[in-house]
Amino acid sequence: MAVRDHRDRAAFAELFDYFAPRLKGFILRTGTGAAQAEEIVQEVMLTVWRKADQFDPSRAQVSAWIYQIARNRQIDMFRKESRPLPEELNQEPDTEPDASQVLGLEQEAARLKEALNNLKPEQREMIHQAYLGELTHKEISTRTGLPLGTIKSRIRLGLERLRHDLKDMR
Amino acid sequence: MTTISHHIPDSMLAAYAAGTLPAPFALVIATHVSMCSDCRASLEAHHVAGGVVLEDCAPASLSSDLKANVLDMLDQPFDDVPRPKRSGIYPGPVMEQLKGKPPRWKPLGGGVKQTILSSSDEGSARLLFIPAGQAVPDHGHNGLELTLVLQGSFSDDTGYFGTGDLEVADEDLEHIPIAGAGLPCICLAATDAPLRFNSLVPRLLQPIFRI
Ligand SMILES: [Zn+2]
Repeated sequence: MAVRDHRDRAAFAELFDYFAPRLKGFILRTGTGAAQAEEIVQEVMLTVWRKADQFDPSRAQVSAWIYQIARNRQIDMFRKESRPLPEELNQEPDTEPDASQVLGLEQEAARLKEALNNLKPEQREMIHQAYLGELTHKEISTRTGLPLGTIKSRIRLGLERLRHDLKDMR
Repeated sequence: MTTISHHIPDSMLAAYAAGTLPAPFALVIATHVSMCSDCRASLEAHHVAGGVVLEDCAPASLSSDLKANVLDMLDQPFDDVPRPKRSGIYPGPVMEQLKGKPPRWKPLGGGVKQTILSSSDEGSARLLFIPAGQAVPDHGHNGLELTLVLQGSFSDDTGYFGTGDLEVADEDLEHIPIAGAGLPCICLAATDAPLRFNSLVPRLLQPIFRI
């Protein structure tokens, strides 16, 4: 990703043009007002820029990473304390991401996207609700229509590679 | 290094990714993920799904000056708050709750000790210290209880839980965990029921531990 490699403003501007309106749409759907939604968009996009060097495209997908930053930001806004996050893995600085792995992850994410888009409308809506934070864990576990298995099976290979990589990093 | 065999249920990992877990459970999940590469990888799968949902959301139009404002702010200095690091057997998320200090154990009797990490209407989280070979009579938790082994092991009717293993017990489970031989068992335990330590639990523990 060019933002990561060259801290290139032009690349960041492009990323902003693609993600910022979607992020705002996403945040609005969680019931946040428009002004506050833009405030969150601004903070999330700034975090993306500031943490770009920590982003490893062979281990994560850019939209997955931005989703995570956005949810953390939204949740922290409604709490006094910040939400518990896992330890960060030590990353070798300046290691080139493995291109085949980046591509593999992209392909699997695309397959997952396709699978989710092909779900019945009710199921797709339920996926949206779950990841927008509208369902409790009890609701997620009792709603039989929620295809959590699909999510894991579509990125199974990626998960295996990830596990393997992560084990090496410990 | 022991192999972890009891992992986070998918529904809980999805709820953690979406941020809807009660804080005490989120602490246990973040701690297990810090110890378990399988669950870290699965969590990433849920982030990918979240990213798909994000990309799928209808774009909303932005205020005309938002982009320019953000671009203007790119060079501003910022504080990068480092995440707390593991210390000994305590992973980063636990160290954060302990504010970087070692646990201050309070005896519960019979050599069992605890350190309360948090307690609110969302539930509670605490560290438990159980001497090797010692039984912990059922503590009568309300609601769901998550127990993550940080050191040593314990066994109950449902199985053996070694370091890194996570037990998910609903309130119907009448379990009597027994710490394994060897090192004392140190666990991170969380419930989603409001902790009524000042009334219920000591009352229950009183005859058992003779506090
Ligand atoms: Zn696990």
